[in-house]
Amino acid sequence: MQDFIISIRSIATLWILTAFLYPLLIFLIGQGIFPYQANGSILTNAQGDTVGSALIGQTFTTDEYFWSRPSTIAYSEGEDAAPTGISGGSNLAPGNPDLLDRVEAEAQRLRDAGIEPTADLLYTSGSGLDPHISPAVAEAQVERIAESRGLSADEVRSLIVQNTDGRFLGVFGEPGVNVLPLNLALDSL
Amino acid sequence: MNLADSSCPKLLSSMLQGFFQVTLILAILAAVAPLLGRYMARVFLGEETWLDRVISPVERVVFAGSGVLNGRPMTGGQYVRALLVSNLVMLVLVFAIFMLQGALPFNPTGLTAPSWDLALHTAISFTTNTNQQHYSGETTFTYFSQVGALGFLMFTSAATGIAVAIAFIRGLTGRPLGNFYTDLILSITRILLPISVVGAIALLVAGVPETFAGPAQATTLEGATQFIARGPVAHFEIIKQLGENGGGFFGINSAHPFENPNNFTNLLETVIMLVIPAGLILTYGILAGNPKQGWLIFWMVFIIFAIFIAIAAVGEVQGNPLVNQVLGSPQPNLEGKEVRFGPVLTAVWAIATTGTMCGAINGLHDSLMPSGGFLTLANLFLQIVWGGQGTGTAYLFVFLILTVFLTGLMVGRTPEFLGRKIEKREIVLASAILLVHPIAILIPAAITLAFPETLSGISNPGFHGISQVVYEYASAAANNGSGFEGLGDATLWWNLSASFSLLAGRYVPIVALIFLADGMARKQPVPETAGTLRTDTTLFTGVTAGAILILGALTFLPVLVLGPVAEAFNLG
Repeated sequence: MQDFIISIRSIATLWILTAFLYPLLIFLIGQGIFPYQANGSILTNAQGDTVGSALIGQTFTTDEYFWSRPSTIAYSEGEDAAPTGISGGSNLAPGNPDLLDRVEAEAQRLRDAGIEPTADLLYTSGSGLDPHISPAVAEAQVERIAESRGLSADEVRSLIVQNTDGRFLGVFGEPGVNVLPLNLALDSL
Repeated sequence: MNLADSSCPKLLSSMLQGFFQVTLILAILAAVAPLLGRYMARVFLGEETWLDRVISPVERVVFAGSGVLNGRPMTGGQYVRALLVSNLVMLVLVFAIFMLQGALPFNPTGLTAPSWDLALHTAISFTTNTNQQHYSGETTFTYFSQVGALGFLMFTSAATGIAVAIAFIRGLTGRPLGNFYTDLILSITRILLPISVVGAIALLVAGVPETFAGPAQATTLEGATQFIARGPVAHFEIIKQLGENGGGFFGINSAHPFENPNNFTNLLETVIMLVIPAGLILTYGILAGNPKQGWLIFWMVFIIFAIFIAIAAVGEVQGNPLVNQVLGSPQPNLEGKEVRFGPVLTAVWAIATTGTMCGAINGLHDSLMPSGGFLTLANLFLQIVWGGQGTGTAYLFVFLILTVFLTGLMVGRTPEFLGRKIEKREIVLASAILLVHPIAILIPAAITLAFPETLSGISNPGFHGISQVVYEYASAAANNGSGFEGLGDATLWWNLSASFSLLAGRYVPIVALIFLADGMARKQPVPETAGTLRTDTTLFTGVTAGAILILGALTFLPVLVLGPVAEAFNLG
């Protein structure tokens, strides 16, 4: 019985500390000092409408935009994602025939569109929200973008460089081109 | 494949780049772990630390509020009762919050209570420091449940593990076990909370959200409506990693850009999930008055860890042979991986998260190559490649005790450990600790696999399907929480049968550990003589590593052969 009383008292005290005061502190710091990050790095266009988040990818299919990686959850777009938003990947094992069927179909589609398939364009991401493509995949799309927008290839390339997130400290991780800010930059040229 | 083959210089250069990254991460770990290990030793020896001035006033309030101002040392029985009762109270509180979440505040998307079995499984899973999730955070739990229930248990369940570890080493070294509530509170106020505050702010600055606003709605550049889930993530994320909890705020865990937006956060989250179990080994050495013993075990685990990472990373970089045929060249397996992390850092994370019983993921384990599947499963079986928060370190010492016993038998000496005789009672308890693991994995897995149509929920055909089922129970019993997530596990059967593995894998070993330590503390110390078998030698550590691998292999090799090994042969 004494254990129950001490347990309840210590859990109530620790609850106030770790589930109320601690989150409150971080919340106040976030909203007070770093509101952009704390609210999800939301991007708006010139009219002030929300167009997405700098950290979250989007679906792009038209010729004027750089295409993203394939996503099993359609980048949390449409009715399936309402109202909470979703995340997730294929969970297909390397030997699953569904994976091979999907990869073959996607490779065919890309080759028809004049893009030599690479790993990041054939494989779906884990989150379904991957904002990046590899620099090689961006380069493979330069000609198409330049042509459909009437830009020079070098103009497009310089935007790619501006929107490439390098390795952390030049060492950790892989470089990635952030597709949404890149496409926004194309629109605002 | 011949790596030196000039036809794949790209593969070779990415291997070298990956090797460099892995080496640096391991070096950071080897540098940070001893600092934290020494700090934790000071905390539990009651020595002064530089945080005293800030923390002591807060701590006094917490101790007064809890009614444990002068925590008296407990006997084994008292300790076990306090631990079980407090964990039960946490479980009931959290279960109640889940069932009432529809009526509680901070529910911008109007979520209702989950099913009772999902709520029960989740409450047990988080109380046992496992964080196995049969749900997606963004679609199932309100911000109140995430912060007030799940985030709360991330502190208390981790602190429970640390308290057990400290009581265990106190007992082994002949001291009283200490007071459970005191150690529980100290673990939070002195270790988990201060690191979390600093880490949460770092994550926040790097882009991890902390808001109570509902999901953002965006109109994409191509005109679609995008729903962007967000929430109070930053404070949750850091304790999720630090406490070896691993339960993601979002369904896809640390692969989600809001949990792990870039390679700064990824590095921080990778190292922070390793530092407590790695540091605790050295804390043990200090508390036992034999730092050398701590370092020897540290390097033993370090070497196994490094080898596992190397094998898993090479597998992912070489990629999937079936897909490489379509691509026309060897490219890494990026299924279920983010571009920013790439194959190597996803492999590092997979080994770290299954080794430490964190269970968070930054890429899908279901889509790992068979070598990665083999090693993640092996980590769950062995439970000591750093091991769970507190418990993993204790298991390492159980293996040491068993090795003392085995070598003692071989050379005909009385087995002694830390100056105390190892007798029948110790061996029985140590065996119970090691045997409950295969029992909690293999028996439910066998039942589930006997009814593949109705129970299993397997999503990948062939040998991989067997791995999916075994992995789920192994993850539950090891209190890890990661999964081969294609598995359809949100069912009554899975919720209840996994709950059994969660409870058995958590509390049977903990109770046995406490009684083992309690018994050792009461023994007469044996003076060390020239005939004493020394345990702090490289030779003995090597024998221990052998004993661990052989015992693990004897128990689990058949399952591994049926799962990832057969899968690898099938892939060609």
